[in-house]
Amino acid sequence: MSGRLRVLSAGPGETIQDAGRYGYLRYGVVASGPMDWIAYEILNRALENPRDAAAIEISRAGIAVACEAAPLVVAFGGGGFIWERSGARLSTAGIVRLEPGEHLRARAGSSWGNWTYLAIAGGIDVPRVLGSRSTYARFAIGGIEGRALRAGDALAACASDAQPQTGALLTPLLERPKGSIRVVLGPQDDYFTDEARATFFTQAYTISTRFDRMGYWLEGPRITHSGGFDIVSDGIPLGAIQVPGAGQPLVLMADHQATGGYPKLGTVARADIGAFAQHRPGENVRFEACTVDAARRALLDVYASLERPLSRASDEALASSNLIGGVISATD
Amino acid sequence: MPASGCGPSQRPRFLDAGESALVVEFGRIVEPALHDRVLALDAAVTKARIDGVIETVPTYRSLMVHYDPRQLGREELARKVQLLLARTTSVTIAPARRNVPACFQLPYAEDLTEVAQRLHVDEAHIVERFTQAGYRLYMYGFLPGFAYLGRLPHELEIPRRETPRSPTAIGAVQIAGEQVVITGVAMTTGWYMIGRTPLRVFDLERETPFLFDVGDEIVFEPIDAATFERFS
Repeated sequence: MSGRLRVLSAGPGETIQDAGRYGYLRYGVVASGPMDWIAYEILNRALENPRDAAAIEISRAGIAVACEAAPLVVAFGGGGFIWERSGARLSTAGIVRLEPGEHLRARAGSSWGNWTYLAIAGGIDVPRVLGSRSTYARFAIGGIEGRALRAGDALAACASDAQPQTGALLTPLLERPKGSIRVVLGPQDDYFTDEARATFFTQAYTISTRFDRMGYWLEGPRITHSGGFDIVSDGIPLGAIQVPGAGQPLVLMADHQATGGYPKLGTVARADIGAFAQHRPGENVRFEACTVDAARRALLDVYASLERPLSRASDEALASSNLIGGVISATD
Repeated sequence: MPASGCGPSQRPRFLDAGESALVVEFGRIVEPALHDRVLALDAAVTKARIDGVIETVPTYRSLMVHYDPRQLGREELARKVQLLLARTTSVTIAPARRNVPACFQLPYAEDLTEVAQRLHVDEAHIVERFTQAGYRLYMYGFLPGFAYLGRLPHELEIPRRETPRSPTAIGAVQIAGEQVVITGVAMTTGWYMIGRTPLRVFDLERETPFLFDVGDEIVFEPIDAATFERFS
């Protein structure tokens, strides 16, 4: 008998996500996928899963799950969340083997992070819809019945022969993001005044409480259009910084629509989109202009880091208060 | 305001949408000849199967090429697209014509009376003019299966509602501005629902989930309410 995860409690924003739904943007189907793709990818790599294996994305509302029927090896991490196994605190990221009856619980840390991830060895086994297991709740496709997880859901894993070593996962990629968020200008940067562009890259912007998987609104100095703000619709990539008429930017995230009709000042570099996603409402963000080449190099650097073996602490260390204190104090 | 109204004869511009998407912009207006060039390049890029190209998104006026920068650099992609452009300048793809049965009677033509009042024409005239025209599917967006068709005959143009109406049904044929949409899902809308098709424009159970492709020419064929019910 194979093990499964039973959801004991879940907030409204916990969804199954894989690497994303590709090939259907031309029909208006958004890509979805994880908000912090780097955290998601670290867990799948650590479990020797396929790169696009489905995992649970957990919002600040948190989740509690129980292992049922047979042991399960799971990996968790991202966003500096607090993780507990049957009441005992774990590190912020790690791999554990859960025995039937054991619980795993995630809740947001006190200072940063919106999203954390829980992956199972083999990946969560739900049907693919248009080639992907990602949940797109607004359109009710993917995941479990196209909806967010709720108490009572049972999640089985696809088969896996991997025997990943358990323990804490230590990587700077899962630490609190520092520094500014890189942005490639365009494709409609010429719809804004020079002053507006300068403002965007020199002033701090605050993440608004209007934020979800579709997009994050920013509050801060108004971005002035040089002319009109209606454009004939064109394509939207992940991370597009769209500026509607009122001049407050909206950064389009994993569930963004495929096309749209507002000018886009720039696009958040893929290397930094996960870090951006982890900023909470009320937190300040600064943006830094970079070239396409620089954004590409930054992305290749992230992949190079992902290819390096993760440093792992032992099981004892995972449960040891010293290490936990050390890991958490750096981030929480 | 930046240069607008670039006609289809002008050289397309290559614009970056980050390090993972390249926009080939043919202009900034809605214009069939310009959209023809989008479609020709879309077909050429799809056929070329360039390593690292993930997918393409044709819109009214541009083609967005999503790519994986691990496999493909911006300059290399731009060079390849430039070559394809040179070969497709004079290519026009004949649109597939799609006949779409639609009922423009109550209970399906929920807003037809309101449109007739606002435009000061009678309902039969609206249906006649509406079904005489053919509509190009310019692009999808907003929601999965939400197809933007154009353009509406001038005399049927009606401003979008100031406040959205109650949700329309699946298959609602709606108009606003110079546009026509057929919706794949029930949704609240600022548009006017003048009819409904019994066709499922979007159906996950079907081998081809989306009935229409960008570039198709849609022609509405009026059916009466009894015929609609037989379809459904």
